Amino acid sequence: MAAPIAIHLEFGGGAELLFDGVKEHHVTLPSQSQPWDVKQLLVWIQRNLLKERPELFVQGDSVRPGILVLINDADWELMGELDYQLQDQDNVVFISTLHGG
Amino acid sequence: MAQDVRCLKAQLEEKEKEIVGLKKKLAQLEKNHTSVLELYDKVTPLTPLKAKAALSNEDIMRYSRQLILPELGVQGQLNLSKTSVLIVGCGGLGCPLAQYLAAAGIGRLGLLDYDEVELSNLHRQVLHGEENQDQAKALSAANAVKRLNSTVECIPYHLKLSSENALQLIQQYDIVADCSDNVPTRYLVNDSCVLGGKPLVSASALRMEGQLTVYNYRGGPCYRCLYPVPPPPETVTNCSDGGVLGVVPGIMGCFQALEVLKIASGQGSSCGQQLVMFDAQDAKFRTIKLRPKQAGCAVCGENPSVTQLVDYEAFCGSAATDKCRRLNLLSGHQRITVQDYKSIVDNAEPHLLLDVRPLVEVDICHLPFSLNIPLSSLEDRKSEHLQLLQERISQLKQQMEGDCRPPVYVICKLGNDSQKAVQVVEKMSGSAVDRITVKDISGGLMAWAKRIDSTFPQY
Repeated sequence: MAAPIAIHLEFGGGAELLFDGVKEHHVTLPSQSQPWDVKQLLVWIQRNLLKERPELFVQGDSVRPGILVLINDADWELMGELDYQLQDQDNVVFISTLHGG
Repeated sequence: MAQDVRCLKAQLEEKEKEIVGLKKKLAQLEKNHTSVLELYDKVTPLTPLKAKAALSNEDIMRYSRQLILPELGVQGQLNLSKTSVLIVGCGGLGCPLAQYLAAAGIGRLGLLDYDEVELSNLHRQVLHGEENQDQAKALSAANAVKRLNSTVECIPYHLKLSSENALQLIQQYDIVADCSDNVPTRYLVNDSCVLGGKPLVSASALRMEGQLTVYNYRGGPCYRCLYPVPPPPETVTNCSDGGVLGVVPGIMGCFQALEVLKIASGQGSSCGQQLVMFDAQDAKFRTIKLRPKQAGCAVCGENPSVTQLVDYEAFCGSAATDKCRRLNLLSGHQRITVQDYKSIVDNAEPHLLLDVRPLVEVDICHLPFSLNIPLSSLEDRKSEHLQLLQERISQLKQQMEGDCRPPVYVICKLGNDSQKAVQVVEKMSGSAVDRITVKDISGGLMAWAKRIDSTFPQY
């Protein structure tokens, strides 16, 4: 069994509007048999945090196009994307791309 | 004799001074005359920008405070003077960017915008003044820049960047700055920069946040490497829907100016594989390391599928503008016009007017007797709001006696959210609330202001 892990979630660029306008969330992911990865985190967020229309946040088993995911201040592409195994105290940011000027 | 010679010499010296003064005056007049700017409505070939051999005394004085920076120096200043920059969009980002590039002594500025100056632009598009309303933004910006630094060559383009003209235009410039306000233009500018081999200094801003990255620079990623698939159109918020605090694009436009100047002077940008995020609410800047250039990228990858410009509005499923979309969710019998509503009011027909805008917008203006329940509360079926709605419907029912379906008219700013609300409320009719007839007022409060009541505020 993997122990529960505490992680810090942040939403920005408008993505926070899907979470009642709250930008920062300190959450604890419960203990489970496998280590937590980002794919499972997305499911957990949908079930536990997402207040409004999920299609504005996820598409299939990933985030929708136009949302950039950052893990510990790096693009998630550098970290293994959906397969990245979350560690205790990790910082995960979901940022919606802005287009205004 | 000797005195006569001295006297004549002094007179000559006086006259020579006068000649120098007159020549200066003439040059100034001629300069002002030639600086009457011509507005370009199409892309035409430009003469190559000539490199200066040396700085003039006037240059030295004007740029002295930056010349003494070892990071810039004389060579950096000369480099700026031979660099041309294309600014796509003369709005909230483009204005401060153009201003600082001109002030710093950039050689040539291409200023592109297809829009005209409106009153609601002035809080953030700081090169335009009240007297420039209805003028082409490109021309207004170019004139403002010229006043600041007449030695900068300005080329105002009053045209829409398209797949037909973008590459030809971008190829004539050394650096491109994306200051646009919509998704299709961002992909178009990116692909043109990749195909034309130009660095792209890109920024964006909305509400209280900004983002900046330099794309296609020194082997780094392009916009498509990061965003291979465009966002669904319904997830994109523009400045007229989401709002923006003017100083936020101001800060991001200044940041763009900084990166352009570093590239142009030869120092190089440090944002090539980085995303700078600015949160104005928390006064925080954050820099994120981005992925490298992607081998599988559709335009800059190893086997690109995009080898010429495509139809970007079709690719993104949205128009290349930041104007609000017009939804058409309802059939004709579910909608009334503002004129219809005016006669309902005039005839004192019993009805309920439901305003579904967010509270912050209702505070700006609203029609008397309207009930405000924001669309989001209806969508979430917030119980206190549903209760309120039901109360007002039963009051109306009592007034009407006999008629079992009291009419509810839904209004918002432009007539998009009101249609969504009609669909939501219709589902409630007969269950969460009594049976009602629900219709939307087409064009919303802005149509009311334009066609019925000219004293009603527009925003």
